[in-house]
Amino acid sequence: MQNTNAIELKALRKEFKVNGGKFVAVDGISFTVKEGEIFGLLGPNGAGKTTTISMLTTILSKTSGSVKICGFDVVREKEKVRELIGIIFQDPSLDDELTARENLDFHARLYGVKEDKKSIIEDVLRLVELEEYADRQVKTFSGGMKRRLEIARGFIHHPKVLFLDEPTIGLDPQTRRKIWSYITRLNKEKNLSIILTTHYMEEADELCDRIAIIDHGKIIKMGTPEGLKSSFGGDVIRIGTKEKKELHTLLKKVSGIKNIKESETGIEISGNDGSRLMPIIAKAANKNKLEIDYMTVKRPTLEDVFIGLTGRDIRDESASSKDVLRAFTRGRHR
Amino acid sequence: MSRSLDAIYTIWLREMLRFIKSKSRIVGSGGQPLVWLAIVGVGLGTAFGLHIGSSSISYLTFVSPGLIGMTILFSSMFAGVSVIWDRQFGFLKEILVAPVSRLSIVLGKIAGSSTIAVMTALLILVIVAAIGVIPLSMLSVAGILEAIVFMFLASMTFVSIGLIIAALINNIESFQVLMNFFVMPLFFLSSALFPITGNVPAWLFDLAHIDPLFYSIDGMRASLIHFSTYPIYVDGAASVAFTIVFIAIATALFKRIEGK
Ligand SMILES: Nc1ncnc2c1ncn2[C@@H]1O[C@H](COP(=O)(O)OP(=O)(O)OP(=O)(O)O)[C@@H](O)[C@H]1O
Ligand SMILES: [Mg+2]
Repeated sequence: MQNTNAIELKALRKEFKVNGGKFVAVDGISFTVKEGEIFGLLGPNGAGKTTTISMLTTILSKTSGSVKICGFDVVREKEKVRELIGIIFQDPSLDDELTARENLDFHARLYGVKEDKKSIIEDVLRLVELEEYADRQVKTFSGGMKRRLEIARGFIHHPKVLFLDEPTIGLDPQTRRKIWSYITRLNKEKNLSIILTTHYMEEADELCDRIAIIDHGKIIKMGTPEGLKSSFGGDVIRIGTKEKKELHTLLKKVSGIKNIKESETGIEISGNDGSRLMPIIAKAANKNKLEIDYMTVKRPTLEDVFIGLTGRDIRDESASSKDVLRAFTRGRHR
Repeated sequence: MSRSLDAIYTIWLREMLRFIKSKSRIVGSGGQPLVWLAIVGVGLGTAFGLHIGSSSISYLTFVSPGLIGMTILFSSMFAGVSVIWDRQFGFLKEILVAPVSRLSIVLGKIAGSSTIAVMTALLILVIVAAIGVIPLSMLSVAGILEAIVFMFLASMTFVSIGLIIAALINNIESFQVLMNFFVMPLFFLSSALFPITGNVPAWLFDLAHIDPLFYSIDGMRASLIHFSTYPIYVDGAASVAFTIVFIAIATALFKRIEGK
């Protein structure tokens, strides 16, 4: 299967009928995910991430566009696609009446996992630290335990492409890190291709090779986490000094500085690689007998990029009634 | 092929596990028809007189296969429609995204639900035979086996109808209304409580013939108490036809069902 991309979508579009009119949830999205890549889909609530993933995983029909998973068409070759993928849904998807083990067993059987079924189930239960609870009915689980069980289930059959829709939502930091390291390990060892949505920016930064930021059903920016951050203007260095004017003039001659402006307590500059710029600035100031009180460097985070691109209040604006309802049902079930 | 059988078995197994865990369902599905037998059977029996028409069959004997049919109708329909709950709780997505054919999902659901319905029905048969409501002299091994075939056919039909309803509507309120407007007529038109022969008004007689349960109950009567409107092969042929048609419709609708 050389040279086939794990995921290939072209001009993918989804319209929902709402109250007689139509609502465009996904508005012509195109991207490719290479084999072995971890691709992040970031966007505010209601951006269209889950809708996109549902179409990629064959459970929602698309309005137009084309989607291929490992070279197979998601509409014409559904069965083949289903063989190759695994998914951890955003919303609850367990049978609460069954025990944890029965849920996993159901999954293993549906996916034709026969050899070492027992030991695989033990392994994934251990991974999410639910061995002790394996034979308890899921309805007695806490929200985080249910989420861990769903994650464990996603790893039972060995998919080639894994879809994770906000996988670590509701998990404590330790568990989240454990899941991250397992995801990266699978990705490295099994060359698993992964597409991930998340609202945790550190998660996207830590895991993803590439990221697409989507809003209102459109991709507004795509790139590596580093690329996105540096396209956002590089690092910001704040210098505290009383001799603003003099330092300003001096710094104009230092190469690598993109932008200089005076602030109340000193000077603010931006440039790539701020930690390398700082000693250069210090040396120049020293040589010219200018006094610097302090210097701080701040790298833009993915969160800065995200907020910068999608706006601060979009979240509330587009938290549709469905999202509210979902939050409500989720709260009830978990 | 073996993959499909595995899928059917897996879904069957889940139905079994869920049933075993739910004590109230076990008691409810077996208890309800016996309560009916005791109250409706005895009550209506007095109104109808002791014998049905010119035969020597008592009303209680007559009504027993009807109540077995009722059990199957309610239990199967409910099981089919329970897919709505699976959707509500998100489990349906887990099934839909799996690499198994939609036909095997439907057949698995049917297999599980009808196993439960038929087991309950057999339990009732044992009880009515034990208390002499259906005299042992009427029963034969062949007759019982034939009745079991009718039980399965009826159950498969009504699970399919339940699945069709679940695929077409997606909220629980409209399901309640539908059940009342749909299930009760199916039950009353089935001849479960009173014989539907040439004696009833023509419209009622005709309407009964589009009720799958009519043939199932008539078939069970033919095989268990040797009293029926039609010969057994007519009931059998009609039941098989209904089963195939409804499974086909359920599968077709399931192919289009979406997991969102
Ligand atoms: N079945 C539906 N009918 C109508 N509109 C829908 C339906 N499903 C989703 N939508 C709408 O499509 C938009 C995208 O929803 P989607 O669930 O894909 O968002 P998301 O990016 O996953 O958001 P979140 O971060 O909250 O999970 C939302 O505005 C939502 O209201
Ligand atoms: Mg979502």
